[in-house]
Parts: sequence; C-alpha cells; structure tokens
Amino acid sequence: MNAPLRRVAISVLVLFTLLILNVNYIQVVRADKLRNDPSNTRVLAEEYDRERGSIIVDGKEIALSTPTPGRLKYLRQYPQGELYAGVTGYYSLVYSKTRLEQAENDLLSGSDPRLVLRRLADLFTGRDPAGGDVVLTLDPAVQQAAMTGLQGQTGAVVALDPSTGKILGLASTPSFDPTKLSSHDPAAIRAYRDKLSDDQLTNQAIDQRYSPGSVFKVVVSAAALATGKYTPDTQIAAPDKLTLPGTKTTLENFAGESCSSTGKQSLLDALRISCNTAFAQLGIDLGEDKVRSMAEAFGIDDQKFDMPLKVAGSTLGSIDNDAQLGVSSIGQQDVQLTPMQAAMIAAAVANHGSLMKPYLVDRVTAPDLAVVDRTEPEEMSKPISSDVAKDLTQMMTAVVANGTGRRAQIDGVEVAGKTGTAENATNASDHSWFIGFAPADHPKIAVAVFIKHGGSTGGDISAPIAKSVIQAYLAGQGGN
Amino acid sequence: MAGPITDPRTPVAGADVPKRRGTEALLLGFAVLITVVAQCIVDLTITGSLRPEMAGFCVWITALWVAAHLAIRRWAAYADPLLLPSVALLVGLGLTVIHRLDLASEQVDATATREDAPVQLIWATLGVALFVAFLVVVRDHRTLSRYAYTLALIGMALLAIPALLPSSLSSVNGAKIWIRLAGFSIQPGEFAKICLVIFFAAYLVDKRDVLALASRRVAGMELPRGRDLGPVLLAWVLSILVLVFERDLGSSLLLFGIFVVMLYIATERSSWLLIGVVLFAGGAYIAYNVFAHVQARVDTWLDPFAYKNGAGYQLTQSLFGLGTGGLFGAGLGGGRPDQVPVAKSDFIASAVGEELGLFGLVAVIVIYLILVERGLRTSLVARDAFGKLLAAGLAFAVAWQVFVVLGGVTGLLPLTGLTTPFLAYGGSSLVANFVLVAILVRISDAARRPATPHVAPQRLGDAPTEVVTQ
Repeated sequence: MNAPLRRVAISVLVLFTLLILNVNYIQVVRADKLRNDPSNTRVLAEEYDRERGSIIVDGKEIALSTPTPGRLKYLRQYPQGELYAGVTGYYSLVYSKTRLEQAENDLLSGSDPRLVLRRLADLFTGRDPAGGDVVLTLDPAVQQAAMTGLQGQTGAVVALDPSTGKILGLASTPSFDPTKLSSHDPAAIRAYRDKLSDDQLTNQAIDQRYSPGSVFKVVVSAAALATGKYTPDTQIAAPDKLTLPGTKTTLENFAGESCSSTGKQSLLDALRISCNTAFAQLGIDLGEDKVRSMAEAFGIDDQKFDMPLKVAGSTLGSIDNDAQLGVSSIGQQDVQLTPMQAAMIAAAVANHGSLMKPYLVDRVTAPDLAVVDRTEPEEMSKPISSDVAKDLTQMMTAVVANGTGRRAQIDGVEVAGKTGTAENATNASDHSWFIGFAPADHPKIAVAVFIKHGGSTGGDISAPIAKSVIQAYLAGQGGN
Repeated sequence: MAGPITDPRTPVAGADVPKRRGTEALLLGFAVLITVVAQCIVDLTITGSLRPEMAGFCVWITALWVAAHLAIRRWAAYADPLLLPSVALLVGLGLTVIHRLDLASEQVDATATREDAPVQLIWATLGVALFVAFLVVVRDHRTLSRYAYTLALIGMALLAIPALLPSSLSSVNGAKIWIRLAGFSIQPGEFAKICLVIFFAAYLVDKRDVLALASRRVAGMELPRGRDLGPVLLAWVLSILVLVFERDLGSSLLLFGIFVVMLYIATERSSWLLIGVVLFAGGAYIAYNVFAHVQARVDTWLDPFAYKNGAGYQLTQSLFGLGTGGLFGAGLGGGRPDQVPVAKSDFIASAVGEELGLFGLVAVIVIYLILVERGLRTSLVARDAFGKLLAAGLAFAVAWQVFVVLGGVTGLLPLTGLTTPFLAYGGSSLVANFVLVAILVRISDAARRPATPHVAPQRLGDAPTEVVTQ
C-alpha cells in the first residue's frame, strides 16, 4: 500500500500548492484591485479611524471630527449646519464626499504628501496619525449677512476681496444640514438625502451659470472704453426701439420705457439707467471680436477653474450675426455667467483693472497647527487698464447714486454697482442680479448677488442684499 | 516512561528509538507562546488594555496542552511529535481570531455580550478530554476494527438524522446538517466522517484482495468486475443522498473523495481513481442540472462580483478582506474581518488572511500540510494494514477538507459548507477532530514503538491483512 500512499502524499502537496498559489494570486496580484474596489468599504472604514482635520473660518471650526463610541471612531459634524453647507460639502458613509471635504481630502485625512514627515514622526511616537486643518478666507459676518439676505429664495452671494482674490463670502440657498448626511446611520442618511431637492445640493454660486442680463453691460462698457474712442461722456444712440439688423424683431427697453427724449445719451447715463437699446447698438458698433475678447479677459471663456472648489465655466455662447450680438450685449441670448464670475467682473474693476484669482483656502496647517502651506494672491488676468477701471467706477457709482441701483446706497460709503434683470425661460420669472463694490474710491469688497427667478428687478431685491453684505464686512473692518 | 510493565508491547532492550517527547514539549511551548502573544496583541490593539480574564486564559490554555502532552507521554510515548503541536497552534490561532471577532461585534453594538471564544475554549477542553480518554481507553487502534460495522451503522445514522428531523431542528442557512436540541447544536456529520473512515479502513482491508485482484484488462487498464463495483457505487449513492436530503455539497464531496482515495490505497489500482472521477463528474453534472442551489453555488463561484450584493456577498467580502490584507496583513485587530458574514466559522481563513496577510495564511496552510503529511507518514510506517489505511484515510480527510474549505473561501472552488478543522468556531467539528488526531497519535505510537517479540518483524508492504482480535 506504500506506493499509492506516496502518490497520495504528493497529490496532497500539489493540492496545497494550488491553495498557496491561489492565495498569492489574490493577496499579491489582485490585491490592489480588490483593495480599491468601490464595493470594498474597508478603506473607507479605515478613514474613520483617523481624526480628520477641521475646516476653520475665523478661528471657529465649521467642520470637525469628534470621537464617538462604536465601530467608526470619529463622527463628522458641522456646528453651523446650513450656513456653510455649500462650502464644506459633506462626508458621508453612503454618498462619499463633496466640496471641500472632497477637494481637500488628502490634507484633511492626513494622507497629503505635505504631511509625510509628520506622519513618519507619528509612526515612531505611536500617536494616532491625524489630518491637517484647512483655514478658509471666509468672513463669518459676510456669510451670515448673505444667507440672511437670501432666505426664502433660491440664489447665491459671492463676496471677494478685490485686491487679493480672497473669497469673503460664498453663500447658496436653499441649503441643507451636512451633519445629517455625515452620520453613522446609513438608513437615516438615505432618508435625509431622499428629502433634499436638487436646488439644495447645488451650490448656485459656482455649479451653474445663468443669464446675467444687464450686469453684462459692464463688460460691453469696458470694451467700448478700452478702444479709446469712448469716454463716459461720449454720446451714444439710445432709441426707444431698436430693430435688430437683418430681422424684423424690435428690441425695447425695460418695461417699454424711453431712455432719452433726444434718442441719444452719454455712455454713463446709458449704464446708469441700464438702457437696452443703447447697449445693443453699442455692442453691434464695437463688433463681436471686441466684445468677445473683453469677455474672455474677464474670465468668461467657457473654462472651469478650481478655487479649490470647481467653478463652472461662464460663456458668451455663439454669436452668429449682429442681431444676436445686439441681444448678447445686454446679457441675454446665450450669455451665461456663474455668480462667482459676476463677482470677478466687479472685483477686476475695483482692483484697478487687475483680476485676482479667487481663492477659498487661506492656509493649511498640520495637526500641531504649524502652517504647511499658504495661498499667495495671484493675478489671473488684467482685462482693463486702470484708466478704464476708473471710468467704469465712475459710471457704476452713478448707477447706485442715482440709477437703477439706488437700494444699494449706504450712508457715508460710496458704492459702485450694476443691476441685472435677466429674462431666461418663457413663463419663468426673471433672474435678479446685482454686482458692485465699495468703497468706490478704495474698494475693500466686491460682491455679486444672484436670485434665481427672483421675480423682481435686480435693483429691487438683489441690491439690498449686496448692501447688507457690504455693511457687514465694512463694520468688521473698523467701520467705514 | 513507557506503559506499565505488564504491557506486552514494552520495548525490548537495545531497541533505542528516540521518543521525541522533548521536541513535542518544546513545540507546544512555542504554540502556547504564539497563542498568548496573539491574544495580547488583539486586546491591546482593539481595547487598549488586556482583558481581566487574560491570566486565566493563559493558565487554562497551558494546562490543556500540558494535559494532552502528559497523556501522550504516559499512554503513547512513541507518538509522532509534530501532530499535537500543529493542532495546538491551529486551535490557539482559531481561539484568537474568534476572540478578535467577538470584540468586533462588541464594537459595533456595545450591548452585544455574546462571546464565542470562551465557548470555543470549553469545546477545546472537551476535545482534549476526549483526546486523553481515547488514549487511555483505546490502547491498540486495532480494537477499533472490531467495531467497524457498528461504527458504520452509527456513522450512517449520524448522517441520516438531520435529513429525517424537521427543518426547524436541523436546518441552518439552508443546509440540513444539524441536530438542534435544548439550545445545543451538533453537526453530526463531523463524527460520521470518523466513524465511516474507520469502517472504510476495516472493510477495505478485509476485501482488498478481491477488489484488487479480480479484474479485467480493458484498454490497457485493469478494470474491476461489475459486481465488485458495489461498494464504490454505494458510497456514491450515499454521497448523492447527503446532497439531496441535506443540501450539503461539502460533506457529500468529502465522503466520496475519502472513500475513493482509500479504495485506491487499499487496492493499489488506479482504475478506482478513474472510476471515482467518472462517477464524480456524472454526479456533479446531474447535481448542477437538477439542484438550483448547486447551480447557484457554481455561478457565484465563476463570477462572484456579478452577485456581490446577493449570493456572492460572502465570497466577495472574503476576497476584499484577503486583498486588503495583502502581503503582511492589517495586523491582528487592525482589519475589518467582521465584514465577512460568518467569519468565525466558514470564513475564518479570510479573517486570518486579512489580518495576518499572505504570510499568515500561507503559514496556516503549511501547518495543515505538516499535520497531514505527518499523518500520511504515520500511515507509511504503520505495521498493520488496518492502521495504515485508517491513518491514511484520516490524514487525507483533513487534507481534503482543508483543500475544499480554503479553496472555497479563496474562490478556487465553489463554496461548500465544511468547517476549517481546529481553526473555525464550532464544537462538533473541534471535538471530532480532536478524536481524529487521537487516533492518529495512537497509530503513530504503535508504528514508531520498537517491535516486541509478540509482533513479528515484517516488511512494510507485507503487513498482515487479517485483524488481530482478542
């Protein structure tokens, strides 16, 4: 019986070798694929073992991880709830991560290469590796004023520091409570998520672009002034009705009003009262090239950018003929801007024609609070000369002083601005816009206010929000 | 240190065979050390401090192996020195992983107080007690052959009971392989396996001349006569019955495999293997086409990720665990082996692979290999045909079971419901396997013990075919 026994012994050896080979195949060859399979929740669960870094505004944590009993060691919380939801996003077991939680995940989770040396140190000292903190540029007073102003509306407010590009406010309504999406109870997370509308999960300031209406006239004015052939005082045609070239369509002013009894007015007045016929004709006179290149210089070039949240690209759309050019010149047709882009237009004018790249993260710090990286202000483009900027400031100041933007006036502070009331879809209310900056002679803040289907003019409902946001910021700057 | 002086098998003077008990003691100490260190690592990693029962556990586990070792010294002094330490290491590792999974469920639900590790320790204690009792009571393994037919009957009955019981008393997760009474669950198949192997050994030793010699030559191969196919067909039918009535693919495959291999060893006729394979293929083909649950098993095996939220959930989670573990593993207490359903029993190997990595899992496979090969070696040197065949059958049973289970958990084979010997949670399996090892120890003691005048020296291939009774 020994011969078959030996053969059985060898067969057993072969069987076990097969087992070992197969285990090698799984744990070595296929290991990476299995480890990173989206259905493999182990890596995600591992993230919850580390203390995730905080997101900080003005010294206060707006997103933080607190230890909890249970299998997942840390719970993500957002003490201010809805106020910063569009900025922080959420950190969810079920729906992954969004916004800053996603964009700054490497640093927050501690896997960022900039933290490598500290992680090595943790390895030797036996401390649990923790993530770094992200400190934002936001101003809590600005954010609060913006959210309060937008209450009950679908809309957005973007506030920038024109001289640096710091984002002072980034508000979007309606909002949601990210804490509820970041709990450890998948059923509760799903139930809450199912109740949220698309508008709640959209950051209106950066995710979507909308018809800007008359706000775009600032860009056309800039294109005109940049030619050197126009000054704020240049008289331009401002008929009651304009028949668009090559069509039988006539363009009218808002509510069919007349811009000027003489059919002519200064460029400044045309912007002040937001004369549609004047700007349509002006755009046609300038030609598509001048309008388009000025728009692109302001950043309206269909390109997304990161700040580090993704900002959708703004666009001029295609312009096939002079009729379309005329309509585009008053911010209709296919022209679409994000509220962020609208704020950037105001900021560029405010900053003597230099557009600073907007940024949300002031600095990132290691768990021991040492600064790991700091964002340096960076010029994105210089769409206009400082002379043109000066002229535009004069014109926009007139808009607020005695034009369509009166409701943005602040006692003792000169505010520059431009309103916009944009037709979008038939049967839908107009979008209501306001962009502006203050103080006009020495700008500290530039804002854009957008209310989706606001149903009223930008001057009526958006300008007051801009006013309260500017006031909130200037009050914090020691009154001005 | 040998048996009592009246033992007729007392070694004759001059035949100085090393007993190797010191080696065994050393290896056992090593196994205990690994167990205790692993237990400490689990506690420290998960809870940050040692549990209060740790000291008690250390004493208990040490006492277990000391008792088993002393029993071998006293009643089986010449036994193979690697059998018990292999078992000790596997049991210790199993206890550790089960304890680790207990802690995991407490982490998920702080109110969960059900702890399986202490229960498993009690089963291990019972197993060692039976191990010692066996060595004390059965001084000569050949005694077992006297009860071959009784054991066959018991084995069949144990196999049949769950099939006959109402599902409420016998079915867990679809497989009707349990006897559940008064809070206890027994898996009689594990005991049936041993009973049937003993019977196979006795029966085949008895009939091997007929089965081996009477043959016809067909196509260059010695084929048995039609009427001699009876026993193998019976074993095949029995396996199919198990599959049909208990939906237990594993036991079915295990029993048939063991029988065919033992038949081959007994008769030295490879034609039996061929017949076995043909019968297996036929059975498998029929089973696949007739039984939906077999079909489901095979489909999930072929593409587990297509069923990852359903039937393939267990297997994909197991593969995720193994993949995440990688070469070195997450470390004891560092992984998420509790994400695999029933990780404590059927899928304990994936928990080992996730936390101890490829190295840990291969180490476990190699320990099994050592256990099996020592069993087969015992068979090689055994002096009597019954002992030879019995040792081979038992060793192969362990090998085949480990192959089928680990192959299932790692996706090499379709999943079956077999338990991982010594490692997995489950009283029946643990206790039964202790008895299995006790038999191997007993046979190896007889095999390595220097020959006495009572047993004439014999050539290995020429062992007596008749069973010595009385």
